[in-house]
Amino acid sequence: MTAPLHSKPRAANVPYKLPPGLFSARCKACWFTTALLVLVVASFWSLDLQWGQFLSLEAARSMGRFMAEFFPPDLSPEFVQRVAVGAWETLAMSALGTILAAAAGLALALPASRLHEGDAAYTRSPTRLILNALRSIPELVWAALLLISAGLGPFAGTLALAFHTTGVLGRLFAEAIENVPSGPGDALRAQGVGNGRVFLYATLPQVLPQLMSYTLYRWENNIRAAAVLGVVGAGGLGQLLSFHMGLFQMNKTATILAAMLLMVAVVDASSHWARRLMTR
Amino acid sequence: MSTIAPLPPRATPTRAQPRNAPDRDPAWVSRVFWISACVVLLWPLAVATEFKPWIFLEPDNIRVSAQFIATFWPLVHDAEFMAMVARETWRTVAMATVGLVLALVVAIPLTLISTRVLSISALSGQMARGPFWLRQCVRWLLIFLRSIPELVWALVFVRVVGLGPTAGVLAIALTYGGMLGKVYGEILESGETHATETLMRNGSGRLQAFFYGLLPTNAAELTSYTVYRWECAIRSSVVLGFVGAGGLGQQLDNSMKMFEGGEVATMLLVFIALVALADRVSAMLRKNLG
Repeated sequence: MTAPLHSKPRAANVPYKLPPGLFSARCKACWFTTALLVLVVASFWSLDLQWGQFLSLEAARSMGRFMAEFFPPDLSPEFVQRVAVGAWETLAMSALGTILAAAAGLALALPASRLHEGDAAYTRSPTRLILNALRSIPELVWAALLLISAGLGPFAGTLALAFHTTGVLGRLFAEAIENVPSGPGDALRAQGVGNGRVFLYATLPQVLPQLMSYTLYRWENNIRAAAVLGVVGAGGLGQLLSFHMGLFQMNKTATILAAMLLMVAVVDASSHWARRLMTR
Repeated sequence: MSTIAPLPPRATPTRAQPRNAPDRDPAWVSRVFWISACVVLLWPLAVATEFKPWIFLEPDNIRVSAQFIATFWPLVHDAEFMAMVARETWRTVAMATVGLVLALVVAIPLTLISTRVLSISALSGQMARGPFWLRQCVRWLLIFLRSIPELVWALVFVRVVGLGPTAGVLAIALTYGGMLGKVYGEILESGETHATETLMRNGSGRLQAFFYGLLPTNAAELTSYTVYRWECAIRSSVVLGFVGAGGLGQQLDNSMKMFEGGEVATMLLVFIALVALADRVSAMLRKNLG
């Protein structure tokens, strides 16, 4: 660090300064590290983890037996067809759930955003509260709740995905709408155009690409989520998985797991490819 | 006062005239087309997902749902129940924390092996074949760990180690190990690598280059991502409870199966508060880390 020339004269030899002590009350990193250590130690101490049981020879043997049961996977045509139907159901659940969520998210994003300077936005905080609540309950918990009304099957799963994703997308959409350049909207508003048409003709065209990319991104996430939603009985591959695993039909379980892996890999690869295509 | 000049005759319609706004939406044909195309495309999806919203209106269904929702209020809040909720909430947080620590144990060595920046042979052009395939294999392992959802890992481990938090912790450790490993690798490779390269060119070991070159450059970003993943792990550890891994999720599942609406509502509120708190803490930490 060099001092400017006109500052007060300095000693010829810079006085030797001790490095700061290892702990000082103002050192944020020290507090952070201490808290982290306490949290980790307390967590390990309070959970009754059965490492002995897991690391024992017995467990290794049962794990090995368990893994061996997976082979050979059941590849009989009729079962593969059922898995394919399950995969299609999963895909349909995620697509429909995302579409519903995009529509609901957009509908909630409008009251959740301050549309222009001087907009009182009375509905902003309550709507954001609703969006946060929708968002913080995971899909699986929504599915378990909705099973009571919607019954077992993919419908409950679709709605569960839609509820959770509405919270996520609503918040992202509201942020996008608030961050849009205000010029075009203000120009229309100065001419006396109402809020609805300002949104349709000035705001929406500007944010539409962003909304599309958020929606596609969530769809990708939802495909992965939909695959496991069925574990609580909400349709798709997960339901097949928990059914056959419950009956200890490990060969069939292996096929379903392979289908899940394949689906996730295909989704990953195609999203990677699409992103590259679009950003080029 | 001069007389006003007579107005010129009105412009005949053939002359240029300000165009009136059309009464009809000029793009209606394409709009109608695209809307109907969407409906046609959505139809098979609705069939596949058994999309029947009218079942909500069936009298039986309304009765059952209304009964369940009616029991949400009053919230159950006696001391014993609240103590149980507090204990299970702590278990949820502890499961997420332990899971993440074990995930780090999985992820850090794998990241160190798989990072391209720490390759000595890559300093002089092409990476040698052996290290290249080793790195590729580690990458595939990470992708594999990441692609199986934690819920499926948990289902598998519940069979092996029995019900309880061990299964949940292992599930989080494996899935998050894969995620962290992959993203750590990306962070390390996308940052400034000049210092690291210089160190290695001058004969430092790979670990030295990592600790004195790569880690200081990227520490803030790595920590911030880890904190974010901790927040995600709290959310997943609740979900893991549904397959028997203990914690808030398991109690929630039990109460739901018993149709104890009041308990469900209390636990959902606690859960929302927990997620909001984790969100806040993680946002604050990440802001301080810059």
